[in-house]
Amino acid sequence: MRRALFLLPVAIFAVLALLFVKGLTMNPRDIPSVLIDRPVPEMNLAPLPGRGEASGLATADLRGRVSLVNIYGSWCIACVQEHPYLMEYKKAGIVPIHGIDWRDDPALGAAWLKKHGDPYDRVGVDPAPGRAAVDFGVTGAPESFIVDKAGVIRYKHIGPISPEVWNKTLLPIIRELQK
Amino acid sequence: MTRKQRRLYFVLLGMVTLGAAVALVLTAISDSLVYFYSPTDIVSQRIPEGRRMRIGGLVEEGSVKKDGKAVTFKITDITNAVPVAYAGILPDLFREGQGVVVEGRIEKDGLFHASEVLAKHDENYMPKEVAEALKKSGQWNDGKQAK
Amino acid sequence: MIAEIGHFALVLALCVAVVQAVIPLVGAKRGMGSWMAVAGPASALQFLLIAIAFGALTNAYVTSDFSVMNVAQNSHTDKPMLYKVAGVWSNHEGSLLLWITILALFGYAVTLFGRNLPPGLKSRALAVQAMISVGFLLFILLTSNPFARLEPPPVNGNGLNPMLQDPGLAFHPPFLYLGYVGFSMAFSFAIAALLEGRVDAAWARWVRPWTLAAWVFLTCGIVLGSWWAYYTLGWGGWWYWDPVENASFMPWLAGTALLHSTVVVEKRDALKSWTILLAIVAFGFSLLGTFLVRSGVLTSVHAFATDPARGVFILMLLVLAVGGSFILYAMRAPAMKMGGLFAPVSREGALLLNNVLMATGAATVLLGTLYPLIADALNLGKVSVGPPFFNAVFLPLMAPMVMVMAVAPMMAWKRGDLAGVLDRLKFVAAAALAAGVLVWFLQGGSAGPWWTGAGFALATWLSLGTLIDLAERIRLFQAPAEALGRAIRLPRSAWGMVLAHFGVAVFIVGLTASAAWTTEHIQSQKLGETVMVGGFGVTLKSVEDVPGPNYTASRATFDISRDGESVGVMQPEKRTYRMPPRPTTTAAIRSGMTGDLYVVIGDADPKGGYVTRLYFNPCIPWLWAGGALLVIGGLVSLADRRHRVGAPARAAERRVAA
Repeated sequence: MRRALFLLPVAIFAVLALLFVKGLTMNPRDIPSVLIDRPVPEMNLAPLPGRGEASGLATADLRGRVSLVNIYGSWCIACVQEHPYLMEYKKAGIVPIHGIDWRDDPALGAAWLKKHGDPYDRVGVDPAPGRAAVDFGVTGAPESFIVDKAGVIRYKHIGPISPEVWNKTLLPIIRELQK
Repeated sequence: MTRKQRRLYFVLLGMVTLGAAVALVLTAISDSLVYFYSPTDIVSQRIPEGRRMRIGGLVEEGSVKKDGKAVTFKITDITNAVPVAYAGILPDLFREGQGVVVEGRIEKDGLFHASEVLAKHDENYMPKEVAEALKKSGQWNDGKQAK
Repeated sequence: MIAEIGHFALVLALCVAVVQAVIPLVGAKRGMGSWMAVAGPASALQFLLIAIAFGALTNAYVTSDFSVMNVAQNSHTDKPMLYKVAGVWSNHEGSLLLWITILALFGYAVTLFGRNLPPGLKSRALAVQAMISVGFLLFILLTSNPFARLEPPPVNGNGLNPMLQDPGLAFHPPFLYLGYVGFSMAFSFAIAALLEGRVDAAWARWVRPWTLAAWVFLTCGIVLGSWWAYYTLGWGGWWYWDPVENASFMPWLAGTALLHSTVVVEKRDALKSWTILLAIVAFGFSLLGTFLVRSGVLTSVHAFATDPARGVFILMLLVLAVGGSFILYAMRAPAMKMGGLFAPVSREGALLLNNVLMATGAATVLLGTLYPLIADALNLGKVSVGPPFFNAVFLPLMAPMVMVMAVAPMMAWKRGDLAGVLDRLKFVAAAALAAGVLVWFLQGGSAGPWWTGAGFALATWLSLGTLIDLAERIRLFQAPAEALGRAIRLPRSAWGMVLAHFGVAVFIVGLTASAAWTTEHIQSQKLGETVMVGGFGVTLKSVEDVPGPNYTASRATFDISRDGESVGVMQPEKRTYRMPPRPTTTAAIRSGMTGDLYVVIGDADPKGGYVTRLYFNPCIPWLWAGGALLVIGGLVSLADRRHRVGAPARAAERRVAA
């Protein structure tokens, strides 16, 4: 009886710890990401100046292959941080990367790519207020979406991509979808 | 008083307080829980009028209408939207196209009457407004202000 | 370059901490004095290295070195110097560094002030302290490096969230961390005592002042945070039972209980294993708070940016530190020698009752805070638990505690005379009853909530009871001539207790009145229009744009009148910061004994005029006064001669001699 009393704290804590382990694997966000597992919305975004006539991004471009859609803007500091990695992944050629230049002046968006490198197959411009991207489920930049062969959004990553995010989260999903 | 008795007293004291606490928790919890729904849940499920709840989603662009202290807007998850009425000053971070959580209840008029509006923002990445100012401060010149 | 030095210093500090965690422990086990002696210099070196790292980050902020990512993301050249410095701890990485710095500082304090501590206890405690350091240093180095560089560096930074550009919030985190981390002292000494298998008065005499200091800091931090919420959020509220607030409140409750139980250990050599448990729980709650705030398992309006990897890491730390301690506790505590006996009705008994109520209160706050997580884990839906839950559960538990608070100090140790004490308090009881009834009638009976009378009765009971106790201690009524002399000679810890308990009574008045009688008027107010609030006439005179150092404000001017006579002007603002461009609300507050007039300006109404939010919040200053009394009481008690550092000396010598 007496010993059992002294074991009580460990027991309670063990239950709590299990709860936290479970809690870490759940999505705690109050605002659910609603567009996961839904088809890409209808859109037809204009190309960036100087990138060729047919390089815009339309819904049809996202069908047939697994692709990564990356939201950026010339105004976005955290985008600078993830950009070198995107360049690297383009070189690796695992998956086509498309860009949406969001709430941005197209000329600035193009100049930004000249300065930092251009990892994108296609880039669509979605100038302010950025309605198309909001339909896409964008809440900020940078964000990246994985779209499967059928043109369905399968995963959304909020914030800059790091090698860790890429290797542990994005790449496995892409590989799985490419099967 | 022997040690045994004292321990018994200790345990009894703990049990009485704990019992009181459990009783208080049980009576309070059913009234003070606020469930969370998405606009699609509201539209697709029959949710009883008058029940206190929270709805989370984005403020639909172009839906905010102000009339004195009364504000109406729509909260959307793109698929569905729920009309919301609110009286008072909106939080500083409230704006169209941004994530928001409203707490309140659906009244007979079919509107969701919010008693609280909580604007959320992600610190994870850079919000657009931040960059606007970078432009303003001459950082990214060519200051064509996007609105 | 300086950033790299900072990073390197952290790595070195980790190495030192590992040494400090192992060598002294082995030394204490085997009785090797030279190994035990490693702990002292190691803790000094560790503090020095971590202070260098902290200095390096502060330097990067002060000089606006935007090649450091952390600075680029949280600072800006336009920012006033105070907020450049405060920017260091405005973010996850920097605040973690502050946390570690304070931890190292406390470790060094043991070495500095603990010359007279028994060497076994000291070296073990320092080793435990170093283990915590190792955990947090690994955490910062592996997941949250504040010195990471940004290539290419931006010309200017993102700026600091304007909500944080406020003096109240600049000092809130350091105080909070001094409190949180301060409890690590009690924790380390509790673990050391478990390892030694001995808890005695000398132990308590050492732990008590440090716990008290941590408690003072934590109280100060919570009050500052609450005050900040009151005047910046523009909602007129000061406590929201938000997970982040609860995260700081739970350690406070456990710490308050610990504070009182160490007294019993020191004076009566009783409640030893309970005190050890509380010491573990208090620091455990601090760690839990860190986990909840930084892992993202709970949503909160003011949580840090979250990252599951960090969550996993802190959870591991939490499991190792708290889980490990509880296991050690289950193994060692039952073998601990039982201390002095006492009757249920005695000062020990009353303190124990207070402890049990505090602990139960903390448990209900924990339950309410975690309930959304529990519901989600069990698929009961996404829910939130609001203030009604906490008010309905926590406050009723505190009511009996307040009643006991007046009685306990009058009770004798070992065996008390409840009937006698109640007899001495009978006038106080009558006054409390009268106050409750009076308040009830003044508010117009059932026109106000039913509990206002109860709140005022409790406040009267506690304040008068505390004063009667003080009067009896200095024999004010029996020998008024000598009373002053007695008052001066009264131990400072007794004065501290009186001040703190009186502070709680003052606080209860503010709590009850502001919760019950706040009046709120929201309207669209035209220029020149007058609205009556709490007896004041509030007239909107003008709204104009005013530039600030790094923001522009639209500032409204209100004329305030009372009974037709102008008594002043109030100027609330709606500010838009340039970097980052976020709007914030700055309320104008006119404080008085009876309450605050609180004025907020909102958006312009397209039909003319402005939306305004006007409150009269009764007795709000009483809350701050109550909080201040708690802090002052704690400080006065800390100044007690018997709490002075080095006091364990004599007891330790005596033990060596015996």
